Formats: sequence, structure tokens, C-alpha cells
Amino acid sequence: MAKRVIVVGGGLAGLSAAIRAAELGMSVDLFSVVPVKRSHSVCAQGGINAAKNLKGENDSPTIHTTDTLFGGEFLADQPLVDGMCKKAPSIIDLLDRMGVPFNRTPEGHIDFRRFGGTLYHRTAFSWATTGQQLMYALDEQVRRFETQGLVEKYEHWEFLSLVLDESGNTRGITAMNIWDRKVEVFKGNAVILCTGGPGLVFGKSTNSIINTGAAASRAYQQGVHYANGEFIQVHPTSIPGADKLRLISESVRGEGGRVWVPMNTGDKRKAVDIPNADRDYFLERKYPKYGNLVPRDVATREIFDICVAEGRGVEGQNQVYLDITPAQSGQKAEALERKLGGVLEIYRKFVGDDPIQTPMRIFPGMHYSMGGLWVGFRDEGKMLAQMTNVPGTFAAGEVEFQYHGANRLGANSLLSCIYGGIEAGQRAVGWVGSHSDEAPASVYDGERKRQEGINATVMGMTKGSENAFALHRELGNAMTAKCTVVRENKGLDELLGKLDEIEDRYRNININDTSQAMNQSFGFTRALWDMIALAKAIAKSARLRDECRGAHFKPEFELHKPEASKIGDAADHDGYRAYCGEISTKWGAKFTLPAKNTTEMTPEFTDYMDKWVEIQRKWSSATLATYKPGESQPEIGYREVAMTVQPPKPRIYK
Amino acid sequence: MPENITLKIKRQDAPGTEARWETFQIPYQPNMNVISALMEIRINPTTSEGKKTTPPSWDAACLEEVCGSCSMRINGVPRQACTALIDKLEQPITLEPFSKFPVIRDLVVDRTRMFDALKRVRAWNPLDGTYDLGKGPTVAPVDQEEMYKYASCMTCGCCLEACPQVNENSPFVGAAAIGQAYLFNKQPNGKIYANDRLEALLGPGGVGDCGNAQNCVRVCPKEIPLTTAIAEMGRQLTWYSVKRFFSR
Repeated sequence: MAKRVIVVGGGLAGLSAAIRAAELGMSVDLFSVVPVKRSHSVCAQGGINAAKNLKGENDSPTIHTTDTLFGGEFLADQPLVDGMCKKAPSIIDLLDRMGVPFNRTPEGHIDFRRFGGTLYHRTAFSWATTGQQLMYALDEQVRRFETQGLVEKYEHWEFLSLVLDESGNTRGITAMNIWDRKVEVFKGNAVILCTGGPGLVFGKSTNSIINTGAAASRAYQQGVHYANGEFIQVHPTSIPGADKLRLISESVRGEGGRVWVPMNTGDKRKAVDIPNADRDYFLERKYPKYGNLVPRDVATREIFDICVAEGRGVEGQNQVYLDITPAQSGQKAEALERKLGGVLEIYRKFVGDDPIQTPMRIFPGMHYSMGGLWVGFRDEGKMLAQMTNVPGTFAAGEVEFQYHGANRLGANSLLSCIYGGIEAGQRAVGWVGSHSDEAPASVYDGERKRQEGINATVMGMTKGSENAFALHRELGNAMTAKCTVVRENKGLDELLGKLDEIEDRYRNININDTSQAMNQSFGFTRALWDMIALAKAIAKSARLRDECRGAHFKPEFELHKPEASKIGDAADHDGYRAYCGEISTKWGAKFTLPAKNTTEMTPEFTDYMDKWVEIQRKWSSATLATYKPGESQPEIGYREVAMTVQPPKPRIYK
Repeated sequence: MPENITLKIKRQDAPGTEARWETFQIPYQPNMNVISALMEIRINPTTSEGKKTTPPSWDAACLEEVCGSCSMRINGVPRQACTALIDKLEQPITLEPFSKFPVIRDLVVDRTRMFDALKRVRAWNPLDGTYDLGKGPTVAPVDQEEMYKYASCMTCGCCLEACPQVNENSPFVGAAAIGQAYLFNKQPNGKIYANDRLEALLGPGGVGDCGNAQNCVRVCPKEIPLTTAIAEMGRQLTWYSVKRFFSR
């Protein structure tokens, strides 16, 4: 049969995959629920990381790898992270050649700014709409391939399922035209899923409202593992809204923005009238070295702590100030406009205040899923980079679980999308080269009929009394309350019960609309089923991980760090050295062990290290959720993380 | 503070069918926008007369005015629904689909012609491949700033909707595509193919079809200086035509 690669999703990962496959001469069918130019990647604001070292700081891809692994608390497969960070500088060059209007230095080079979780200027940016600018550059290249006949776009088409043959190999997809609800089969022995994150599972998030997670969930329900689902990044700074939470980029802090609350919670003065002495810059106070640029999970917990635990939010509410006014950031208004324009504009348009004049009011909001479809990384045997456990089905971008471990560093997502997309495109072309036979017609027809059957069932939901949109609100509220910043096993058990209840009530939905054309009620109701299935995978994974790592914070299992004055360099400790030896043996890695420290370890620190090593032995593994048809909850397993680049160490930011 | 918000929505069940108006009332909440109002309606799709109806269909994605999805006519003005704040709108708020594009259903229209126009003007940089070819050209900050203005075009369609020259019988590509041609003719790599873009903008449907009403620049949500681009492309075309005439 004719060799084709199917790409589902037209964000940065999908477009990168399509471009790589097309430039290798492969025909690509590209599917998207919206015109690809409107994909969620346009929302990325702050920038894209690459250790180009253009600021004379001796930055390097190796340090980028270290920062990424450390920031993700050593839960990412290390050779993949290393590969990505090494490729990053040439990806910036590629985007530059495509015409991305990156901000420039006076000499005309690409400018770089600071972001969280690093001490280097490593983030290239285009004002503060970097995602949009990268998207448009890739969109334009795909359009070029379209005019050459190599890419065919199916916009306003929704992915329904993988077509799998009897041996479980990928044979294509079924998809539905959103405008007229027609279901069709598309043949192709390699499918790349680039369908983004599951923001809507949490109700309101910083995600676009097209990010239901339904496509990932459909693949998961067909047998693709869902890995590390419990690692959900809650961004420290967003503006709460009735329709969504609007992101205020980390770049605001990268450009000097400072987070604070009034010393006196009852302070009635306007923010600008409160003098420095009466402000608590709590991140700078607690983290003198990283200050406002601690990683996102750390900043989010601190803000949450100040507001929820200590009740010290602005006016007693769940909000803190983010101050980028020239007096605090040390930058002139024009410079801020040039570097942060898009973000400042969002605040002005949606809140009405000008951040140059007065501090913004922000609060953490669900933002990104580190977890996602499991993809392997071994090149030998059957396992291919970016390929899932279903042969021929690949995944790239936020929909897959690699690269970020337990917490993603800001501006690493645009990089992982493009890098993963290019890798997936290349591997998929290789795959169809050696897998080009066609399955019997019954394989394709059978899957189409199964999907038409599901559609008929949903269209027949006209007798019930539940409203799908209202039920979705309940789902989102429950997930946000029990499965975001702070998690407790009791709460997670309640959540799993609530998800069962929501699933029962789902069957009583009335779709209120049986028309054929652009029936959004029908489409949303169908996707809601998949959101519930994914919510269960996320909640169950969180329930079973009894530790604190990155974004997954369970106070019952917190290992309290000794006081700052009693922390030496963790890498010098005996317990840590023993652990290094153990992982060296286990994975055959050669780690250079640090010289024995002559400083005497405090008993507190020795105790801490012993416990820390135990936790690593138990939990340095990715969670793998497997869907069990007919059962209420998924099966959870674990797979050890590949630590072949560097040994883990306690994640302490000072 | 009003207790309720009243919205009048132009409904159409399918392409080519008769349109009708339905009125909805929903409880007022602070800081609402048109999207959150539409979200409230779909939770209980009942008209202000108490008649059960279907939830209106509408396009939306980012809700931060960077994706260009949620274009509609709000109180007669083409704009993005996400940045249309209820507190700043006169009531009843009328919502209509764009009139210059085929209606799919209710407020959803087919804007494919805009993406086709981008193909016509070859709005991209040439690229040999994704492999490592070293760094791109240096760019002066002032040129980057000029290019960024045009690079923020979301293909939302407001400029076409407002343009008197755009209608069913006119092949005019519209301001958005001309702005993109201008952008790529300015790009250090893109300008290699400047003449191809000028060729595409000669003749019917090209820059000559602009009637200079300047509505495009007034409605553009990203405040892109579209009329500047049109004027500049007009100048480039004049030179190009003259040169082409003498080189025959």
C-alpha cells in the first residue's frame, strides 16, 4: 500500500513531525480539531531554552541537561533529556532561519533571558508570544509542503481511535469531521499522536479549551500506557477567570518581576503605596540564590502556603502580588514593553490594570502535564524513540511523558515539542519503510463501525437529566481540589469515589441536541467520557505514589529537609556515595564520585540522607497506568528510570 | 450592577438554512466575557421566553486573543469574543456570525479562504531542510520590532469581515494576506522570493482591489498597521511592474 504517515494534532510537536516526515519525502496526513494555526502551542509566552551561551556565562548543553534533570527531580530518562539539550542550540538556529522574530541584542544576535530553575540566560524569546511565533513559522513551512502535495491537512477533524490489527499493530486511525459528524478510516502504518495536554480534565486551567485530553485517553483505552499521570504542573502565576485561568508568564520574573504580600495582611493601602519595608518578598527571603526564579513547583507551593495555610494573601484572598513595575524590576517601561508586551497586554485587556503602573494580582493555576502516553527510548529491538508500546503508534509533545520528569522547567516545553516532533517524524518514516503491508479490509471496516456505534449511542442520550457541561464542571472542581498542589491519600480516595459517581451519572446525560451539523454538545459529551477515564488514571497514579517528588506533593510523606545551615553539599555525603555506587552497578553507568568531604556531617543531615537514599531506591521509577476494560480503575505498574548520565541528588534550591 | 445579562444570538442550524434570532438571559457575574456568557448558556440552553433550545455553537480555543478562533460580530463589530468584556458592552448584546464567510452553524464560519490566500502569496521563508546549517542572519532590533508587528497576525478574519471590497463575488485576498506578503518580503531570507509574492499580488484579487476604506486597520485586534503594509506593497508593485515592463 502507499506509504503514509498520519500525524494527529497540529501544535508545535505535530507540525515538527509533519515537516520532518515531509522533508524525507513521505506523504503526511495531518489531522486537527482546529485549523492547525490555532493550536494551543500559540499560548506559550516566555520562550524556548537552548544553551547557546551568547552571554559569556560559560553555559553549555551539559549544564542544561543537569538543570533539567535536577528540576524534574530525576524522574526523566536521562539519555533522552541529554539528547534534547544537545540538539537545542541547532533548533534555535532552525527557527531563526524559518524567520521567527526573536528579540535581538544591539549587535543583532538572538537575545536570551533568564527563566526558572537555572542561573543562566538560556531562554530565547519573541516579545512574550514566543509560542505563537514558533507556531506560525512551522505552520508556514507545513503550508509550503502542502503546496508541494506532500502534506494533506484534515482540519476540523477529530481523532476517534487507532485502527489496530489482530496482532495489535497500528494500521491507521478513525476520525470524525466535526462539521458534519462523518466518520472515516484513514490508512497508515505509522501514527504520531501530538494532541497536547489534558487541561480540561481539571476544568479550568491555563490550557486552551480544546485541550480535553480525549485523544490521549482514547489511545490509552486502546492499550497505550499512560505514564507519570500524577505529575501535574500548577503554574505559580495565572489570573483566575470565569472561563479559564490566564497565564502570566514566568518571563515576568525572568525580567525582574518580584512576588510579594504585605507584611500586614490587613494593610489597606494600594499596592504601590506600600513601602518595601512593609512588603514580604517571601521567595527571595526563603531562596536567596534563586529568589523569584525557583522552579514552578516550588514557587507554587510557597504561594499556596502563604495564601491557604498562613492566610496572608492580598486582602485575605487567594492572591499575591507579582511586581514588574520599573521601580522593582529595574527595567524601563519601554524595555518591559518590548520583552513582555504580550503578557502585559493580556493583563490590561482582561483585568483592566496596567502592570507597569501597579503590581499584578496572581494565583497558581493548572498548567501542564509532565505525564502522558508512554514512549520508549531504546533503539535496539522493537523499541523506538517516541514510539509507544503499541507498535507503529508514536507520540510527541505534551501528550507524551518524556523529558520533564516530575516537574518541567519553564521554556523547556517548546523545546521538547519540537525536538520530540522531529524525532517522531523521522522514526515514523523509518517504521513505514519496513512495515508497508495492508491489513485485511475487515480491520478497517470493523473499527469504523465500532466508532459509528459509539456515536449512535451518544446521539441516543436524549432521555436523561444531566447536562454534560455541568457534569464537566464537577469533574474539574473535584480534580482541582484533590489532585493539584497538595494531595492527601484520604482526599484521593474520595476523589476516586467521586470519579466513579461522575461516571455513573454520565450515563444519564441529555445531550439536548440531535442535529447533524457542528453538534458541539454531542462532541463534548463524547469527549467527557474520555476525560473521566483519564482523570482516573491521574488520580490513581497520585494515590499510589507515597512520596513527594517535583509537582507531586503529599505532606504525609514529606521528607523534611534539615535547616539550611545544616545542609552541606549533598554530593559529598557517604550515604549518597553508596547510592551512586549502587546505581553505577545497576545501569552500568560510570559516575565520577566526588572526593570525600572533610567537613563533618551533622547528625540531622546524615539522617536526612539515609532516608533520602531509601526513597530513591523505592521511587526512582515512572508510573505506568494500563486501562482495564470493564474495570473501574486502571492497573498501575512502575518502570525504573534510566540514570546513565548523572546520579540523582537531593533537590535542594537555596 | 445589573442582575441579568441579555444576549441576542443569530442562530442557523446548518449551511444554507434560514437564520433566526434567539434571546437568552443569564445571571450577571463580575469580570465576565462573551465566552463565559456562552458557557453559561450551554449549561442550561433555554431562551428568555422559557423555550428549551439547543446550545449555540461557537468557535473558541485559547481565550487569550492569540489563536484567532472566536471571531464574531458583537454588537455589529467584528472582534474576538474572549476579549469582549460584558461590563463594556451595551445590552442586549447581539452576537452574529461573520457575514463574509460561509456559515457552518450558528456563530461558526468557514475561514478556509484566508489560509488559501496565504498559499497564494507564498507566506513562508524558503528552507533547505531541518538539519543543522548554522545560525541565521543577524537582524537589527528595529527590524525585528517591525516584523513582529505583522508576525502577530492570527488569521482571525476581522479585517476581511470589515472590508467593503470583500464579498462573495470578489476575489480580493484581503488585508491579512497582503500583510503577510509584506512581512516575508522584509524577512532577510524571505526576500529572496519577493518577486514571486509581488507576482501573486498583481491583477485581480491583488493589492489593486483595495478600496482604501481603511476599515481593516480599525478592527484588527492585534493593531497591525495593515494599511501601511498595503501602501508599501503597492509601492513595491509599482517598481516591480515598471522594471518588468522595461526588461521585456
